[in-house]
Amino acid sequence: MRTDLFQSSPKIFLSLIGVALVSACVSPRGTGDLGIIVERASGSVQVVETTHHTRLAQVPGLGDLSHASAVYSRDARYAYVFGRDGGLTKVDLLRGRIDKRVVQAGNAIGGAISQDGRLIAVSNYEPGGVKVFASDTLDLLADIPAGSGDSQRRSKVVGLVDAPGDRFVFSLWDAGEIWVADMRDPRQPQVRKFSNVGKQPYDGTVTPDGRYYIAGLFGEDGLALLDLWNLDAGVRRVLEGYGRGQEPLPVFKMPHMDYWAQANDIAYVPAVGRHEVLVIDQKNWKEAGRVAVAGQPVFVIARPDGRQLWVNFAPPDNDTVQIIDTLSLKIIKTLKPGKAVLHMEFTPRGEQVWMSVRDEDRVDVYDTDTFERAASLPADKPSGIFFTSRAHRIGQ
Amino acid sequence: MRRPRHKTGITLAALGTLWTSAVCADIPAARQTELMHLLTQDCGSCHGLTRKGGLGPALTQEALAGKPAVMLREVILHGRPGTPMPPWKSFLNEQEADWLVQVLLEGKTDAH
Repeated sequence: MRTDLFQSSPKIFLSLIGVALVSACVSPRGTGDLGIIVERASGSVQVVETTHHTRLAQVPGLGDLSHASAVYSRDARYAYVFGRDGGLTKVDLLRGRIDKRVVQAGNAIGGAISQDGRLIAVSNYEPGGVKVFASDTLDLLADIPAGSGDSQRRSKVVGLVDAPGDRFVFSLWDAGEIWVADMRDPRQPQVRKFSNVGKQPYDGTVTPDGRYYIAGLFGEDGLALLDLWNLDAGVRRVLEGYGRGQEPLPVFKMPHMDYWAQANDIAYVPAVGRHEVLVIDQKNWKEAGRVAVAGQPVFVIARPDGRQLWVNFAPPDNDTVQIIDTLSLKIIKTLKPGKAVLHMEFTPRGEQVWMSVRDEDRVDVYDTDTFERAASLPADKPSGIFFTSRAHRIGQ
Repeated sequence: MRRPRHKTGITLAALGTLWTSAVCADIPAARQTELMHLLTQDCGSCHGLTRKGGLGPALTQEALAGKPAVMLREVILHGRPGTPMPPWKSFLNEQEADWLVQVLLEGKTDAH
């Protein structure tokens, strides 16, 4: 008895200390104001908090993060980071560490999370196709090679998004196709393919209601539009020939269609090879205007209320950000935040925007009302910024 | 038949050596750092930070083995029509493009 007591009390004592320590360090907190910043050169991400502009953790070991992007679990606790080297890393924001990591391909470009949150899809350049994983374990569930027709040649896959009905939609760069994969049985995807959608789709996005999938075309002037409520209608071309036959200007960085920028049934997309933002009336999918801007637009993103567009640019104009008022379609502000502005992300309701200024190793936070800089955080060659508000948006 | 070919080989090799040293000598260190930054960051957007490729092809030493330096310089300066590779001549002169080609062919990852 005495021996038992003597042995067990230190254990009890230690467990009590343990409980006390845990409660002191990990007080419960939500994740709604959290996010990550990709540090592309060092292969790390910062976990940040947007309410007080603080860095909570730095998580290393994510591999080659050039062109990395991320999606969030529906509980907004885990970020799934897609790296260039085929790495898929699940980062626990609350613990500030890697939860799981797999290297699933030789060369990857992005990914998506399914409507029910159970599946993670990754679009790959090499070998070209899409792989689908269980979001909890990162076990491989399905492999969809992007071979076109009878050709053995596999296509690079771009513009992968989720859509209602547990579907993933993506585009084939080389083959010029759009595929819709129904994932209701995750191990047996049902794929519907649309060919001849246009030359070199370079990225794709879905409208916030999940109805329309749009692929931007690099090889010709125009966009490919697919109504996901009516697949039988097929893909149609919109804004054909927006370049009006003029020789396109060189594009020193590919534009992105990260998220469908829209307000009042009007959508805004970067032109390719023209220093313009294209304005599309979603009621008839016709051009409703264009705005001349400082360079080749890379991201055209709408503030969550739709009142402003923030635009950044390819080199040599990547030190500039322009803000367009969507009521007047006028540029109301031109900012020079610093060298190499790569990405911008609004806080959930848009009172501030965070932007990575890569060559100055900073992330700056701007007030979207006054355009004043509200804060600045150090970061090592920052690129993508992704906040957890994406967890609950279709197509993100 | 064999001798002239042999000679040509030697001549080309000798020219290559001259070309290499000429390329190195004339670009100031600060500009070399800028060019390396451009290569890693901006070329890296499409070709990968580690040059293993992306939308654009891999630019590793192995991937470029056997490709003529002159052709690579022309691609850098004038782009490849029909692909996303743009002409970089507004950012670089010929000598600087030659220097980048040499960096790529040697698989160098820092400027000096």
